[in-house]
Amino acid sequence: MDLRFTPEELAFRDEVRTFFHENLPESIRTKLVEGKKLAKDDIVTWQRILNKKGWAVANWPVEWGGTGWTPVQQYIFQEELQLTPAPQPLGFGVTMVGPVMIAFGSETQKKHFLPRIANLEDWWCQGFSEPGSGSDLASLRTAAKRDGDHYIVNGQKTWTTLAQHADWIFCLVRTDPQAKKQEGISFLLIDMKTPGITVRPIITIEGGHEVNEVFFDDVNVPVENLVGQENKGWDYAKYLLGRERTGIARVGLSKERIRRIKELAALERDGERPLIEDERFREKLAAVEVELKALEMTQLRVVAAERHRTDNRPDPASSILKIKGSEIQQATTELLMEVVGPYALPYQPEREDDDRWNEPPIGPEWAGPIAPTYFNWRKTTIYGGTNEIQKNIVAKAILGL
Amino acid sequence: MDFDLSEEQRLLKDSLDRLIGDRYAFEQRKAYAQNAEGWSRELWRQYAELGLLGLPFAEADGGSGGGPVETMLVMEAIGRGLVLEPYFATVVLGGGFLRHGGNAELRREVVPKIADGSLILAFGQTERNSRWNLADVMTRARRDGSGWVLDGEKGVVLYGDSAGKLIVTARLGGGQRDREGIGVFLVDAAAPGISRRGYPTQDGLRAAEVTLAGVRVGADAVLGEPGAGLPLVERVVDEGVAALCAEAVGAMAIMHELTVEYLKTRRQFGREIGSFQVLQHRAVDMLIALEQARSMAMYATMMAAEENATERRDAISAAKIQIGRSGKFVGQQAIQLHGGIGMTMEYKVGHYFKRVTMIDTIFGDADYHLRALARRGGSPIAT
Repeated sequence: MDLRFTPEELAFRDEVRTFFHENLPESIRTKLVEGKKLAKDDIVTWQRILNKKGWAVANWPVEWGGTGWTPVQQYIFQEELQLTPAPQPLGFGVTMVGPVMIAFGSETQKKHFLPRIANLEDWWCQGFSEPGSGSDLASLRTAAKRDGDHYIVNGQKTWTTLAQHADWIFCLVRTDPQAKKQEGISFLLIDMKTPGITVRPIITIEGGHEVNEVFFDDVNVPVENLVGQENKGWDYAKYLLGRERTGIARVGLSKERIRRIKELAALERDGERPLIEDERFREKLAAVEVELKALEMTQLRVVAAERHRTDNRPDPASSILKIKGSEIQQATTELLMEVVGPYALPYQPEREDDDRWNEPPIGPEWAGPIAPTYFNWRKTTIYGGTNEIQKNIVAKAILGL
Repeated sequence: MDFDLSEEQRLLKDSLDRLIGDRYAFEQRKAYAQNAEGWSRELWRQYAELGLLGLPFAEADGGSGGGPVETMLVMEAIGRGLVLEPYFATVVLGGGFLRHGGNAELRREVVPKIADGSLILAFGQTERNSRWNLADVMTRARRDGSGWVLDGEKGVVLYGDSAGKLIVTARLGGGQRDREGIGVFLVDAAAPGISRRGYPTQDGLRAAEVTLAGVRVGADAVLGEPGAGLPLVERVVDEGVAALCAEAVGAMAIMHELTVEYLKTRRQFGREIGSFQVLQHRAVDMLIALEQARSMAMYATMMAAEENATERRDAISAAKIQIGRSGKFVGQQAIQLHGGIGMTMEYKVGHYFKRVTMIDTIFGDADYHLRALARRGGSPIAT
């Protein structure tokens, strides 16, 4: 048992860290540090830099452009992205639909789509949730009816993250309304430019536009856009959801937030002294740090166990990482609220895709995004399977209850 | 990065599991507690035969050269079995003082006696007013020719009543809470001037109040540097806390197993109570608390041997905080989910709860360490 990184792993970490610092545009890094929104171009630019280096789809098999890194190296890469901080390669393509195509897609699909995912030529979004199908996803009703060499899709998806940028959407659709609910679902790739698709923004409580509703009204989808077999889509979706075993806890992100909290709490004065010298504040911060350290070790245990795994089934331990990771992320946003104090109040919306915001800031220049981030981060215990659903999974899969 | 046990460590773990399984059933434990000393000398001899008592000592001193991971395995097994014998007091704490503060001659004399089971040690640190501050020492050490005379009172000395030798801190000079001026002394428990009042602890273990009245010891009784003993104490206590964390994890794991088992067998309203979601989620919360604690016990094990005292202390504090918080949650919920049966002396879950509760009170509870960690501005988070 040696819980330290080996010299080779440390050298790898330095290589990754150096590359990020030398190649990530400072404007992008600054936005992430300050909690501001990234423009579409920021994400595309960075992913193409990574792709040129051969790191955009690090987790894929080597034959499709992956790196062949060990689980520990993959972990270090993710961690460094979050610590820098740098944008993640777009997950909908890189960690979701890409791996599903690699495992179950046709050769034509793989040859056409995979290189375009790696270079972010196609922006993918995820069409899973529906207004009536959230936690009970398998109850989804968006229907795809076979009509010759096409499916005709009708229905509605919701919570579709960044659909406003998307070229393609991967959807779970019902192809057999008679079958048991998990057995009549298929996995379809749909071009967002197809006639009959409407995207409508959903504005979340902080005022931002991340998620959307997507409506399908007699949308024609060629049958070659079916992934794998008809009515096997639920299996592919489970594969997709279970693959993300590590990184889900976003330990690096929380570390970076804690660094930011300390930086700002040293600037912000509370009476005669900086807030960071307040004993009660320090104890709250230290308590979160301890939780985070424990989560990091738990995460490393899961990463280290990867090499003993022979199957590709979801690791229920990833549910624990999700629960604890999201709670800690939320705790960091609460601490930032405490740091900013009264200047949490002014509402200073960012302009979408425009960092030339000319108005002078109200209050400390760093105050603007803090309350919106706090409000927005309530999502982390809801998305990706609510924490309550995660507990159901753990109760069943680990505890046998 | 590797969490696997070596082949030898796996064998050790297997033999510990067998030992606890064969010799530490709940009823057997009750019988050991009935012995005059409150634990079993016979089992202690078995531990010696298995090589457990010499485990952390260098081979040159008569030990088998184990490290923190081996100690973790033993302590976790002790936690699972709620073992009564004074392994922590003798081998972890007493042994720690000898390994880090004893000269070669002393080690060659004492370590074989620990390893063969003939010598029990106990560490007297706490005083009536010290709480968990290791620097708060009022027991005095006066020069007496080439030796020393010790006067003072030590409280809650774990296994102080069974010990053949006591290790005590005493002040050579300076104020009550100064970091300088503290000495560590190895004293024969039968020396004139020592009186001991032994008693059971809440969790069924043993401790003693020890009075030292004009106790004369030789120059060779000093462990480490006379007057500069605090770093030695801190080092040994840090190793001790790492060991306690492992013990607590063993006890928490059993409480969680018992609880889940109970949820699967207890029936009310015509169904297993484990089918109720509110209880399922509570059991999952317990699992998360347990796994977070296990992670930190491993982290503490890794950091226990860290030479940089600041890094070591921060890591150990972080672990003790997590163990304290997880232990309280897992223990309280284990009782709650068992309902009335969890409240009874005849059922084992309550005994685990008591042990984990008491572990929080040894060498600083969660709040004590949180305050200390926060004051040091110390984050154990490496970037």
